[in-house]
Amino acid sequence: MTLATLLVVVPVAVPLLAAGLALLLGPWPTAQRVLGTAVPTAVVVDAAFLLHRADTQGPVVAQAGGYRVPLGITLVADRFSALVLLVSSIVLLLVVVYAMAQGMRGGTVPSVFHPSHLVLLTGVALSFLTGDLFTLFVGLEIMLMASYALITLRPNRARVRASMTYIVTSLLSSILLLSSVAVVYGLTGTLNLAQLSRRVGDLAPDVQAWLSVMLLLALAIKAAIVPMHWWLPESYPPAPAPVTAIFAALLTKVAVYAIIRTQTLFFPRDEPWTLLLILSAVTLLVGAFGALAQDNLHGALSFLLVSHIGYMLLGLAVSTREGVAASGIYLVHHIVVQACLFCVVGLVEHHRGTASVRRLGGVGATAPVLSMIFLIPALSLGGVPPSDGFIAKLAVLRSAVGTQDPLPLVVAGVGLLTGLLTVAVMARIWSRAFWGEPAAPVPDPDPTDELVLGTGSVMRGMTVATACLMLLGVGVAAGAGPVSDLATRAGEDLRSGAEYRASVLGGEGR
Amino acid sequence: MNATNLTLALLCGGFFAAGIHLMMARSLVRVAMGVVLLGHAANLLLLQSGGPAGKPPVSGSAPYEELADPLPQAMALTAIVITFAVTALLLAVACRSNDLRGHDDTTDRSVDDEEGGP
Repeated sequence: MTLATLLVVVPVAVPLLAAGLALLLGPWPTAQRVLGTAVPTAVVVDAAFLLHRADTQGPVVAQAGGYRVPLGITLVADRFSALVLLVSSIVLLLVVVYAMAQGMRGGTVPSVFHPSHLVLLTGVALSFLTGDLFTLFVGLEIMLMASYALITLRPNRARVRASMTYIVTSLLSSILLLSSVAVVYGLTGTLNLAQLSRRVGDLAPDVQAWLSVMLLLALAIKAAIVPMHWWLPESYPPAPAPVTAIFAALLTKVAVYAIIRTQTLFFPRDEPWTLLLILSAVTLLVGAFGALAQDNLHGALSFLLVSHIGYMLLGLAVSTREGVAASGIYLVHHIVVQACLFCVVGLVEHHRGTASVRRLGGVGATAPVLSMIFLIPALSLGGVPPSDGFIAKLAVLRSAVGTQDPLPLVVAGVGLLTGLLTVAVMARIWSRAFWGEPAAPVPDPDPTDELVLGTGSVMRGMTVATACLMLLGVGVAAGAGPVSDLATRAGEDLRSGAEYRASVLGGEGR
Repeated sequence: MNATNLTLALLCGGFFAAGIHLMMARSLVRVAMGVVLLGHAANLLLLQSGGPAGKPPVSGSAPYEELADPLPQAMALTAIVITFAVTALLLAVACRSNDLRGHDDTTDRSVDDEEGGP
């Protein structure tokens, strides 16, 4: 058990053990809270070390149980997985702090809240670090189990309805993924990602194309790619703000990560991938127009979330080193900005009792700090310079233009248009909800639940957590140079896959 | 690809079709039944991915070539547990929906709002 192995195992093992402990600590909320914040903090530190090590000395590999490849479960942390793990765990930690601040006033945080979050962290970490296709399925499943628990917390009519849509859709996509795993195993006789990346190349080209599309479709539902996005705007809005923030920031992005990982490793392409380019364009447009039609802040943000998945797909579809690297940068930006915006909407609801744009007005006058915290990530999502959103979009669009191909150029144009539409959505929200005459707070629609809404005040704890998320985004923009250098190196790794294979398989043959 | 057993392949396809058909229903209990069938279909597919049947994969009980592949069996077991847990959860949600909404139909948000708000 070397130090490196320990580093890779901690993000998976510690949160899971802590989740069990947190469940036992149910009667002692303070102990639960300490555990619920200490463990994500530990994972953040761990991920930072992992990233440093992966960047300086190559991928860190651990074999569970000391089995030889490919008998046991492999955990791999390369630059890309360590980077997304770091960002995800920071965001999760801040959202947990936000949720605790929200829950402390209105009674207690439910006792399954912290265990669910820790299990969710386990699933996310396992999905990022796994070097094995079936374990990827298990990681996604662990994450989804925790999310089922979170979406059904304190059920009321709307939440039960939303959770039905969400659970059934997630289940369907999980079963499709499992079937894809079965087919992959039947064709190649292995599930180790590094081994697969060698063996898939030996299959017939048409079989490879089928496998590629099958894996893409199974993960596309989870990643909410249009036309498989129907469930997301249906099921996210009714959940409590911190839950929605976690969902919006992490769940779809883990699926996007899995798409990037599997497609780059198994099916290295030298030409732009037409199918994904088309999906990307449709996702960008449908999401943006859907957001324009929404009156509710949650609804508008859910559609924008769907829309901006398209940028990551565009980077991947371009298939060059720059494209994949841009997808990585966009993934980081998207995780941070979505968590921040959904937290702001939670604050607005707490302040005014509603998230409906029609019933809001003049939030800027009654809560100026809150409005500033909304404005910065909103501009970033629209891609206004010098924000992190601008840097991420620029990287994606440049990679698309750099191919000199007609189709990526067209999709890049669609990407520009989507940026404009996003700014339009945000401007509409800004002018109607934040400017104008202050409207009276709407009384709490459901006084019996744990959320106190429409207080007319702004909670300090929640604001600080949200401001930290905002500053994280600003930090990404300020450190654009190092971040994009790192992403470029990660893109290089993903494009070639040679280092990944070498670090897992050693000098072994097929 | 290994030699496939036609009976198992047909069964697998039948389970997939029936599962998807049940998933189209409005009532969540029917959807849960559909999920059960889909889970079976996926498990059969996993089982077939391991190639032809063989002796129980116990080390030393038979020559290595005659043993069945243990990995798909392990994966199928894991998948069974996961499907089982989620089916139980789905039924619990159906039950809670019946308490809160008077039915267990999966409706759209707009339909639900017309029926009497959140």
